Amino acid sequence: MSSLSTPYVEDRRGGLPRTLVWLGLAAAIGVVLFTVLGRFNSEYAYLAAYGVLQYVVLATGWNILGGYAGYVNFGAAGFYALGVYGSVFLYKLFPDLPVPVMVLVAAGVGALFGLGMGYLTLRLRGVFFSIGTLALSVILHTVIVNWEFVGGARGAYIIRPEDAPFFSSYAAYLCALMFVLAVIAVAIARTVQHSWLGRGLAAIRDDETAAECSGVASLKLKLAATSLSGAVLAMAGAPFPFFITYVDPATAFSLTVAVNTIAMPVIGGMATWIGPVVGAVLIGSLQQLATVTISSSANLLIVGLLLVVFTSIAPFGIMGLLSRRRTVR
Amino acid sequence: MSMELFGNALLSGLLLGGFYAAVAVGITIAFGMLDIVNIAHPAFIMLGAFVAYWLNVEYGLDPLLAALVAAPFAYIAGRGLYRYYHGVFERRSEDSLQGLAFFFGLLFVVEVSLLLVFGVDYRFVSAPYIGPSLTFGDYSVPYRMLVPFLAGLGVVALIALYLGRTFTGRAILAVSQDPGALRLVGGNPVKIKEAAFGLSIATAMLAGALLVIIQPIEPSMGREFIGRAFAICVLGGMTSLLGTVVAGAILGVAEAMTTTYVGAAWGPAVSFGLLLITLAVRPSGIFGR
Amino acid sequence: MISRRKLLATTAAATTLAAMGGTVALAQDGPIRIGMGMAMSGGLAAGGKAALLAYQIWAEEVNARGGLLGRQVELVTYDDQSNPSTVPGIYSKLIDVDGVDIVISGYATVPTAAAMPVIMQKRKLFLSLFALAANDQFNYDRYFQLQPNGPNAKVEFSKGYFELAMALPEKPKTVALVGADAEFSILALEGARENAEMHGLEIVYDQTYPPNTIDFASIVRTIKAAAPDLLYIGSYPPDSAGMIRAVHEAGFKAQMVGGGMIGLQFAGLKTQLGEMLNNVTYYDLYVPEPTMQFPGIDAFLVRYRERAAAAGVDPLGIYIPPFAYAEMQILERAVTEVGSLDDGALADFIRKTTFDTVVGQIAFGERGEWAAPRILTCQFQGIEGSGVEQFGEAGRQVILHPPEYKSGEHRHPFPASA
Repeated sequence: MSSLSTPYVEDRRGGLPRTLVWLGLAAAIGVVLFTVLGRFNSEYAYLAAYGVLQYVVLATGWNILGGYAGYVNFGAAGFYALGVYGSVFLYKLFPDLPVPVMVLVAAGVGALFGLGMGYLTLRLRGVFFSIGTLALSVILHTVIVNWEFVGGARGAYIIRPEDAPFFSSYAAYLCALMFVLAVIAVAIARTVQHSWLGRGLAAIRDDETAAECSGVASLKLKLAATSLSGAVLAMAGAPFPFFITYVDPATAFSLTVAVNTIAMPVIGGMATWIGPVVGAVLIGSLQQLATVTISSSANLLIVGLLLVVFTSIAPFGIMGLLSRRRTVR
Repeated sequence: MSMELFGNALLSGLLLGGFYAAVAVGITIAFGMLDIVNIAHPAFIMLGAFVAYWLNVEYGLDPLLAALVAAPFAYIAGRGLYRYYHGVFERRSEDSLQGLAFFFGLLFVVEVSLLLVFGVDYRFVSAPYIGPSLTFGDYSVPYRMLVPFLAGLGVVALIALYLGRTFTGRAILAVSQDPGALRLVGGNPVKIKEAAFGLSIATAMLAGALLVIIQPIEPSMGREFIGRAFAICVLGGMTSLLGTVVAGAILGVAEAMTTTYVGAAWGPAVSFGLLLITLAVRPSGIFGR
Repeated sequence: MISRRKLLATTAAATTLAAMGGTVALAQDGPIRIGMGMAMSGGLAAGGKAALLAYQIWAEEVNARGGLLGRQVELVTYDDQSNPSTVPGIYSKLIDVDGVDIVISGYATVPTAAAMPVIMQKRKLFLSLFALAANDQFNYDRYFQLQPNGPNAKVEFSKGYFELAMALPEKPKTVALVGADAEFSILALEGARENAEMHGLEIVYDQTYPPNTIDFASIVRTIKAAAPDLLYIGSYPPDSAGMIRAVHEAGFKAQMVGGGMIGLQFAGLKTQLGEMLNNVTYYDLYVPEPTMQFPGIDAFLVRYRERAAAAGVDPLGIYIPPFAYAEMQILERAVTEVGSLDDGALADFIRKTTFDTVVGQIAFGERGEWAAPRILTCQFQGIEGSGVEQFGEAGRQVILHPPEYKSGEHRHPFPASA
């Protein structure tokens, strides 16, 4: 994919003012989103938005490693479950701990686990790395299943408060939290993309050996990417126990999470931070819509067909499709 | 006594490995040789299982025979699928990851179609070898596991012969190593890969028939095999058929031994841990180049 | 049949309601809508679709009778894809957007638990189908659960099994426990462990296996090496079949084999395993024995079986569907007698009333579970060949426990031929 390997234009307009612009933009989007969601006058709007935003976080987090560095992580559900079970663990110890604290802890654990995964890249590249990440996820799954304290195979119940201060409902609170996480994830992805880290990762993606020869400290960069990616993926899972109130390993390590997390950046476009966002919003919304409008098993059929159609229309992702229109190669 | 336990565990592990090889051989062809991330392969295996069930119940056909009947159709359908895949993805992109989302969608499509056609109830087949066991001394082997083992090995051997002895087969191997090289000697890599992918889907029919011999089936069951099948392919060294068989046996024996000496609950951790360690020592798989 | 007096009461109630507000009167013209998220695809679909067929049969019957409170009944269903993440969204949409009058649960524990916060926040009545101890943590007072587990579900699944074991002429000393790493089987094993310890049995094997296990030979041989007097299994359909087969293939012998095995209640597994099932002692909820001839059950099963093939669900339908139908009978009587769709009034009525249903009398107790548990311990006897009809006859799945439903004598040891 040559569009991927075009070196990024250096972003020299960075610094504080630009950061403020971005924060303002994020806040504006947040205000608009929550005004619209509030208009529906229904829990449902928040619960549906939560699901879509969760995928924005997951897709963005995955793309930091998968899109920028070209290391395809098949174990995304493992990181997600790490966040989920991090919260379950903390809930069992301190039931009154605020969810944002649990998110922070999850990010830390995810980063550590990501660092561990990063050392895999010392030996494994390409598809071998991918299967290595899958193996990590399976091992983690087995550990959780056999870990009585967090519920083991039987699962664990989480009793959440009836409502949250400052919010119309607990669902609204969770949704707002997930929005903040999405903003953080996108900020991280965007910062990485425009920094020395992003350029180094792009060099690794295009040709790791050549990058090493020209002095790129590839291991350090990869470790940074796997840790960041792992932290964001785990973060996405941390509020989930409070969303669902009953967690079992099969739900936390679900195939849907594992594959959607990869499929969404692929469909949106993997070269920039915006691709995963577009893919997650589009596919996440369509999946949600199909679930609550088609009242039979055919809804999963529609979800499947949508994936087939989208990938067929835009094999480079939607952002690839858009940029291709503009610049004819 | 403990010798008997060990021997029997080894035996059941090897039998299971034969079945795993049959499940993974299609992935070895599609993913290992052709670089197509067909995560819908287990769904095609379920399709094969339901076709075997249908032919068995409606026409009293033996499940293995049913797989033979279904295989040519699956081969043709596989060719068609590849032609589409090639037109949409391979011609435009070098990145095989683009196909992953496509096949994920296909997984749901196949799964739900099976559900709509066959319903959600558990289905099974009857055959004379489901039930009795072959016993010698302290050891016993259920035919229900022995037949899939032999059939699995048989199919892998046939494919190995085909790849090694025929022109198309050799061309497939050549394509898997260097697509450009084949074009230089005048072959059409697209046609060759089409045949290979057709072959891969055809093996899913057999793996499905073997599955329904072993246990009752239900449409969403295929998802359980995705991880194991890809792991076997990679562990074996991606393109190696012998590697697929050996890796299948390793996973099967590891599971059986864990069950006997540690506890079955740790089976997945042990077999995938083994996979990680093997990859750490030999990063390109057991029989990888 | 609605009596004239009830009809009068209903009309009176409706008039009162109509007087309270015009919007209510408007709503009265439309159908009564019952909403649910149900597993119609994925791993739980076999149960979900069978339950759905029972609901549909009830809805058609009640509509043919003139509906509920004079209004037609309409089912509003969404497929939860056996994926609990979809459940909170589905239920809040059902309540907020679709504005359904009544919500009921999907099939099994996981989706039921996932719906609870939404249901509790809206204070809706929640009838639930086959959720295990899902309300133990929530303690929600408008929750009623149809599976006859009683307040202490986990020990009930093995209580009969162990009482029968202790009554054997040759008193057993050891037991092996094995099961799948999943919610139901782990719970069943926990209960079995408690029961075994209470009876002073030595547990010589206690292991679980992953749900996607294919080969059970190694497990059974290891158990065989421990030579237990009893084998208690907690399993799901594919592994129930795998374990029964492996037990026979390995030539395993014990005084009793069986336990909390899901799947042995379904026609598919019954016919496939056939004679291998003889002397297997397992739990069931309803079997066609003379001690369980409840009014209406035969008629329901006839209607269900007529349509099972077309719906692609369990052709026998004696496990889940009668309870789903009974759930609707409870709802029907509550709505008719309360005369409104008020969730609080309906919940109060259901809490206080004993209902006559196709699965017998049901009264709810603590945490909305059956006041008195009624898990049956049954044994397959006299199974010949693999015909499906025999499983619809009396005397094939003999009830051994509880004593008030007992319909035959305990046969032992296992296997039957030994």
